[in-house]
Amino acid sequence: MNEYRLHATAPVAMLDRQAPAARRGRVRLHPGGAAMTSVAVDGDALADLVLAIAERSDQAAFVALFEHFAPRVKGFLMRQGAMESEAEDLAQDVLLTVWRKASQFDPAKAAVSTWIFTIARNRRIDVLRRERRPEPDADDPLMAGEPPPSAEVHLNSAQVQARMREAIATLPAEQAQVVTLSFYEDMAHSEIAERLGIPLGTVKSRLRLAFRKVKAHVGDAFT
Amino acid sequence: MTVKHHPSEAVLLAYAAGGLGEGLSLLVAAHLSFCPRCRRAVREAEAMGGVMMEDIAPVALRPGALEGVLARLDAPAPNAPDPAQTVGAPLPLPTRHASGETDVADAGSPLPSVLRPYVHDLATARWQWLAPGVRQVDLVHRARGRDTAKLLRIAPGRVLPHHGHAGLEMTVVLSGSFSDEQGRFTRGDLAEIDSDTHHQPIADSGEECVCLIGTDAPLRFSGLVPRVMAPMMGF
Repeated sequence: MNEYRLHATAPVAMLDRQAPAARRGRVRLHPGGAAMTSVAVDGDALADLVLAIAERSDQAAFVALFEHFAPRVKGFLMRQGAMESEAEDLAQDVLLTVWRKASQFDPAKAAVSTWIFTIARNRRIDVLRRERRPEPDADDPLMAGEPPPSAEVHLNSAQVQARMREAIATLPAEQAQVVTLSFYEDMAHSEIAERLGIPLGTVKSRLRLAFRKVKAHVGDAFT
Repeated sequence: MTVKHHPSEAVLLAYAAGGLGEGLSLLVAAHLSFCPRCRRAVREAEAMGGVMMEDIAPVALRPGALEGVLARLDAPAPNAPDPAQTVGAPLPLPTRHASGETDVADAGSPLPSVLRPYVHDLATARWQWLAPGVRQVDLVHRARGRDTAKLLRIAPGRVLPHHGHAGLEMTVVLSGSFSDEQGRFTRGDLAEIDSDTHHQPIADSGEECVCLIGTDAPLRFSGLVPRVMAPMMGF
């Protein structure tokens, strides 16, 4: 009983109470993990949920995020070759990290899905591949002078994400294929070339074209 | 900072997707430390990753997963500081090698701090002889992952020995410069070489060239003969 209520009603109650975008009825949660590949969740509402965790350790907000993202993180990790049990454990870890690091989330810099993607990616590399993930250190003096996010940027991260989704959805099939293999199959370019029976240079040029098309559609939101 | 040579967009995408091993990722991260343009491209590629992850077919978690996680919310985070997250100010390159034989880059060329977990101090690092005028330190070993990264110091005018490789090779200059068939590479520049590219970098200035080299396949130094290691004419 209690458990069921956590699943089914707590997020809704929370959303009604706190998330403005959700009040407008744009958040759709999928209790029970119904298979949905087309996402109609409003990115602003998701960002509100993370901020609610950061600002007041809001558990109901966490439940809503968990129900949306944990099955996707799990599916994503399994698609990349993780065993079901590994993907289960990692998905739980990733969402726990979302709770613990919510204060580090900056909605001006990234959409929630992007932020969680990077957490999942890094956990996979750490736990499944047992490697470090070298990343430039934001405190490195070499990186001083990074231009702050422009105040004139007219799209927020969630809107940028929506445009990116449109652009990816309209990629030509052969470009979508190499993007899919890069993100979903954990394959090196040489392995993609082998799988598709095309030269390595063709893999790289298709990725370049796909990336440029997506960037052109999104515009200068990332400056 | 005028970085002129960048990784391909395909490599930046692979870095963002998590498809590069630790060695090549280290090379890309070192370049990113110098290059705002490529940092932006990586953020864009990560946003693609966010879309790709969100659009995947979800797989339901096991019953009770949410309750289990809720029960752990207030547990203290496991105490495992990532060394990469605890770095301080980057160490400057020493102006003089431990042996006193070589002037290296001036103290105005600090190492990117992403290297700190791998190499603490150039002067006391365990340099191994690779060829006359060329020394190396292994940073990421193939045994530990899918690729390798080494730190090289190449004396002025020296040529990196001929080496063949089956996959992707990258070089990032940390101080000094080198030239190869693609042009001249200085601090922060990244050279990306596919397996079919002929590539024989020459340290082309009056100072030692300190650089990272990484590959996703074992390097085969085949030219360990004096012929190819002789200082080039004119140096």
